[in-house]
Amino acid sequence: MTAKPVPVATPETQPFWDGCAAGQLRIQRCMNCAKPYFDPRPVCPACGSVNVEWFTASGRATLYSYVINHRPAPGFEDDGPYAIAVVQLAEGPRMMTNLTGVPNTPENLVLDMPLRVTFEPRGEVYLPLFTPAEEEAREKAGDDR
Amino acid sequence: MSREPGVIIAGAAETDQVGKLPGYSTLALHVEAAVNAVRDAGLAMRDIDGIATVSSPGPVQVAHALGIVPRWIDGTGVGGTSFLLHVRHAAAAIRAGYARTVLVTHGESGRSRVGASPRWGSPSSPAGQFEAPHGTFGPTTTFTITALRYMKDFGLTHEQLAYVAVAQRRWAAKNPRAAYRDPITVDDVLASRLIAYPFHLLECCLVTDGGGALVITSADRAGDFARPAVHVLGTGESAEAPMISQLADFTESRAFRLAGQAAFAEAGIGVGDVGHLMIYDAFAHVPIYGLEALGFVGKGEAGAFIADGNTEPGGRLPVNTNGGGLSYTHTGMYGMFAITEAVRQVRGEAAAQVRTPDISVVLGNGGAFATGGVLVLGRQPR
Repeated sequence: MTAKPVPVATPETQPFWDGCAAGQLRIQRCMNCAKPYFDPRPVCPACGSVNVEWFTASGRATLYSYVINHRPAPGFEDDGPYAIAVVQLAEGPRMMTNLTGVPNTPENLVLDMPLRVTFEPRGEVYLPLFTPAEEEAREKAGDDR
Repeated sequence: MSREPGVIIAGAAETDQVGKLPGYSTLALHVEAAVNAVRDAGLAMRDIDGIATVSSPGPVQVAHALGIVPRWIDGTGVGGTSFLLHVRHAAAAIRAGYARTVLVTHGESGRSRVGASPRWGSPSSPAGQFEAPHGTFGPTTTFTITALRYMKDFGLTHEQLAYVAVAQRRWAAKNPRAAYRDPITVDDVLASRLIAYPFHLLECCLVTDGGGALVITSADRAGDFARPAVHVLGTGESAEAPMISQLADFTESRAFRLAGQAAFAEAGIGVGDVGHLMIYDAFAHVPIYGLEALGFVGKGEAGAFIADGNTEPGGRLPVNTNGGGLSYTHTGMYGMFAITEAVRQVRGEAAAQVRTPDISVVLGNGGAFATGGVLVLGRQPR
């Protein structure tokens, strides 16, 4: 079976992938207009400034939209139907991801549900995936008891 | 209102066949379409002095194959709407005197992949880094991803989405060249297999082989050609994001809207002037986004507008009268076929001819809402 695709960083995107490997969701923001943005690039898409910086996002997000793919991409044949999702980060930018820790069915994937980032190894890199944030809340409640 | 010299489509044609054509390379499809379009105009290939087509196989290869010596070249390759942009760019070039007679060609071995360019990008491209690792597999997994957000925000139902395919099949039934002509119901659509929820097979376009071509020249030559001139009254183009995940708003297409505004303003028309409409339909939700982006209906109203029968045979706004990408043909970059059908309708020679429209509008998409192009075509100069 073909392996799942592994992203190859460019100099502009390397800090993002370094962040994922460190368990941090690092995105960029403009130091001129303060707007956070994704995907990585060396210029602010809101105001054109090149005075930009990396920061660690909260990792909190909500489910913006998705499809459940029934024609698997090469490498995904054993996964069954899987959701390809776009999440909206608490900081504003959106990114494509997969949803883990939840059955990938329409009943379980409700738009705007709260999510948190988690990282999964793929080849030499770590991918940012998202999982329902309620799970975390329940786990914490369990710990408290 | 500008009163610059007008531009016309003097010739328009498709390949002899569209569908599954393993005996044709990508280049051979360009060549056959080009020969047919030049013949349709009643011209010879030596009359062509400008060439436009997408980046692969590219204008140099196509011009060389046809023996064209260009003094103007456009290789704009921004997906399926590229050919609408070529018409726009050719109109500007003709007005500027850079070319007199431009040939725009499309050929794509989308199904058989003979002499085709590689389908997927590099793993270091933006999509290679930020989409492909999550299991995207072509447009069925990306172009479709906006729909659930639209459905939640505006109440579009699964049945209304399915009805887009039903309405277009009713046009395809009248078109002998259409790949699929048998009537279908909403239940048939919803019972077809899931491709990428919420999209079923019948809500996704065909994948075919074929081509088409156009001859563009100045309107002062209208009447010199074999076929009635179709006047290019207004044009528009725009772009938004190379990755679907980075669109500003999943419930609209900014590129469609801006291209439409530019084209309608140049032509000096409103939606009430439009007698025929072609909207790129790679998937069933795209005509919904298109109707709203061009202002034919308000935001959130297009699903009901289509389900109420307004766009199908007998409706007040005929849309996608060849059957569209859902039922007629879809090579991958469908925009050319939307133009050729609009030309046929304005000439009065379409298979499913509507009351001959004074104005036909064509909306093209490139990538997954990445780019938009609009043409306003008319029987008369403005």
